[in-house]
Amino acid sequence: MNPRRKQRLKVIGGIVILIGAAVSLMLYALNDNIDLFYTPSEIIDGKNGQVPQVGQRLRIGGMVVPGTVDRNSQTLQVAFELVDTGPAVTVLYNGILPDLFREGQGIVATGTLVNPSTIEAHEVLAKHDEEYMPPELAEKMKGIKHVKPESGAVQ
Amino acid sequence: MWKWLHPYAKTEKVYALCSRLQPWFAISAIALLITGSVWGLLYAPADYQQGDSFRIIYFHVPAAMLSMSTYVAMAIAALVGIVWQWRTAFMAMVAMAPVGAVMTFIALFTGAAWGKPMWGAWWVWDARLTSELILLFLYCGVIALYNAFDDKQQAGKAAGVMALVGVVNVPIIHFSVEWWNTLHQGATITKFDKPSMATEMLWPLLINIVGFVCFIAWVTTLRLKNEILKREGARPWMTSIVRRGSGNSHAV
Repeated sequence: MNPRRKQRLKVIGGIVILIGAAVSLMLYALNDNIDLFYTPSEIIDGKNGQVPQVGQRLRIGGMVVPGTVDRNSQTLQVAFELVDTGPAVTVLYNGILPDLFREGQGIVATGTLVNPSTIEAHEVLAKHDEEYMPPELAEKMKGIKHVKPESGAVQ
Repeated sequence: MWKWLHPYAKTEKVYALCSRLQPWFAISAIALLITGSVWGLLYAPADYQQGDSFRIIYFHVPAAMLSMSTYVAMAIAALVGIVWQWRTAFMAMVAMAPVGAVMTFIALFTGAAWGKPMWGAWWVWDARLTSELILLFLYCGVIALYNAFDDKQQAGKAAGVMALVGVVNVPIIHFSVEWWNTLHQGATITKFDKPSMATEMLWPLLINIVGFVCFIAWVTTLRLKNEILKREGARPWMTSIVRRGSGNSHAV
């Protein structure tokens, strides 16, 4: 490689490495803010020593605890508990739940913290995992019965 | 070691190579995309959770994967262009930029259309979605910067530096779902583990991914030939090709 090319390669390599380092430092500094949601244990026990304040607008993401979904038969009001590895947080929601909402499902809810372990949500999103399989296989492997989205039933 | 590459610094050789490869890419793209799409959309089993809605994966995942690969290919072309000062490398870079931008757009669009029924939202500002949107802006930036200069060698250098710097975004897109918690789920096939997808669903997806690769290669060769025609239209080798081409059409 002739010296001029080597020179150019060095300059370009230097620019890319510098910018790469700058971006990684920036992302590292912003790390906590890039997370989309708090997990239930972060809301109860705090994240990096900071417990979210009552009245704060936030997102929470966790699994719906089976058996805790409580629907009001007259209105769209629904209450359920979310959990990850630690304590559970109660979510109150008034509205239509996404089709994928079911017990044991990952959920991301946006709302306001009304007391240290309860969130009044105005939006509930369903999170699905990266596994795809036909219903027969899912039943065999995980014992999950397929629910047709149009039936809208929660198992 | 790299001696065999040197002839491709000449536009004439690149033009000939593109003409030779183009029909093969075209045929395989059409064959693979039809096979993969029909198999995936009609015959692959429905998902246990998402039912038939999951089938949009057969376009979303190839487009998203290849929007990143095309960016890396574009950046390699930019590096060759800047360090070895090949004009053809810059031409390849410009040829790929809009193709990659369209792939990024397809990935974002199909993702939104998939997100609405499954997650319940068209768009969420999570790390994966945001970094993919930044990729679209990077592509647009490269295209805009290239077109901002009249001197195309200068334009290539400026846009090339931008393309190279943007490469830092590619690993961010890929690892965003591991580094931060996001609404978007983790990787299904691009991981060291076994793909978390049933085999009869995975095959059409792999076929479609290869189909998208061939499609991108096809459109890139086409665009690269156009770029060469635009820039070198008056050169003797070009006029001789054009004359030969028109002679043929008269004979037919």
